[in-house]
Amino acid sequence: MAIDAGDTAFIIICTAMVMLMTPGVGLFYGGMVRSKNIISMIAMCFISFAIVSIQWVTVGYTLSFGSDISGFIGGLDHLCLAGVGLDGNGIPDMLFMVFQLVFAGVTLAILTSGVAERVKLSSFMVLGVLWTTIVYDPLAHWAWGGGWAGELGALDFAGGTVVHISSGFGALALALVIGNRVGFGKYSMEAENITTTLLGGAMLWFGWFAFNAGSALAADGIAVNALVVTNVSAAAGAITWMLAAWIKGKPSSLGLISGAVAGLVAITPASGFVGPMSAIIIGGSAGLLCYGALLFRVRKGLDESLDAWAVHGMGGFWGAIATGIFASAAVGGTDGLIYGNTHQFLVQLFDASVAVIYAFVMTYILAIIIDKTLGLRVTEEEEYVGLDISQHGESTTA
Amino acid sequence: MKSVKAVIRPEKLEDVKAALEEKGYFSMTVREVKGRGAQKGICLQYRGKQIKVDMIPKTEIEMVVGDDDVRPIIEILRNSARTGKFGDGKIFVYPVEIVAAIRNDDEIISE
Repeated sequence: MAIDAGDTAFIIICTAMVMLMTPGVGLFYGGMVRSKNIISMIAMCFISFAIVSIQWVTVGYTLSFGSDISGFIGGLDHLCLAGVGLDGNGIPDMLFMVFQLVFAGVTLAILTSGVAERVKLSSFMVLGVLWTTIVYDPLAHWAWGGGWAGELGALDFAGGTVVHISSGFGALALALVIGNRVGFGKYSMEAENITTTLLGGAMLWFGWFAFNAGSALAADGIAVNALVVTNVSAAAGAITWMLAAWIKGKPSSLGLISGAVAGLVAITPASGFVGPMSAIIIGGSAGLLCYGALLFRVRKGLDESLDAWAVHGMGGFWGAIATGIFASAAVGGTDGLIYGNTHQFLVQLFDASVAVIYAFVMTYILAIIIDKTLGLRVTEEEEYVGLDISQHGESTTA
Repeated sequence: MKSVKAVIRPEKLEDVKAALEEKGYFSMTVREVKGRGAQKGICLQYRGKQIKVDMIPKTEIEMVVGDDDVRPIIEILRNSARTGKFGDGKIFVYPVEIVAAIRNDDEIISE
């Protein structure tokens, strides 16, 4: 098939919109930490994007989308973009490559939740390169690059396992290795600047349209469906989380925007396979489930600081399973459990579970190795002063 | 009447507020301040390069109370704001001449 100008224009715009999600995560997280760490949170997201940009064009793309090796990883045939040109099937191969690049970038940015306010920047950079190579790239290959999950028939339209389960459960593993922040549970660590968080959340919701619709890789009906269900699911998640928080106290705006992100996460794998009414159920239940996961984490005294696990990990897991429940052949060609296809449901359950275990275990091992060699955490004194000054020599107030 | 001014660690503010409230001391003014004490700020080592963090963010609490309340308040502040490390802060006590309400014409003149 030749290059289609409409599809190409659409995916270029989608790529740019998805890029904005990475600083969006930075602002979302930055507003939730103490003011001495806001620069650090935003900067780590930019740094994630920069290092993944280089990693992806050198080794990441070929490990994810190179010719399949045993269903596990891509070969090195596209090393340093060898053979990735300006022609392709509908859109140029080079465009597909960069569209996938922005996904890998935002995934690493989400992972920073687990190490917020206490990670050594140099160690995070090393971790980031290795994590993307060892955890993200295989998961991308499994789902989309010809790996075992795709071969098995697992559905992951825009990255429920690849982006959200990997970063969510990865963040949980990182938090367990690096340990809680000094004073966690003792001192008040409330969100410092809700306005910043809301702005970041708005950028995420905006970018997510392209994240999901662009995953159709064409300006077609499936893209339109993905756009619509994405918005509906986000709205449903925002409302249910806010209502649940209202029952326990006040309808906080932080709950509203967290619920929207939960809805966005959950619809991600399903967005090419379900219709708008199913999306309301998927997003609405994601708002409640992720809020419950957050409360569970707090009760356990676990400092997975900015809830990548509760929102992206658990939301991604639910989304993968929900895809198996609500998929409709009328939308994406495959039926789910409610249309009598138990097999698809079991495939989704298996795929998501393997992704959870792989992401958690590999991240845990990687974090332990980095902690024992380079040291993952700053000194107590640096943590007290804040990472803005101790890691960057900058401060928002001076 | 006395003004009790305490410069404390920002993260201890919630503990201090709760401890004061428990003993019935509710009124206070709180400011975000920066400063340095006897240890001259904090020195961070960064691969041979030194980063001196000179002005450290602190929280200042000011309370105007009767003379008899000064000692108990100092005790509460010490117990609730102490970590035992450098940088826990200081307490200053000043005389207050007049306290006048703005809402009405109440005026309390200090002895």
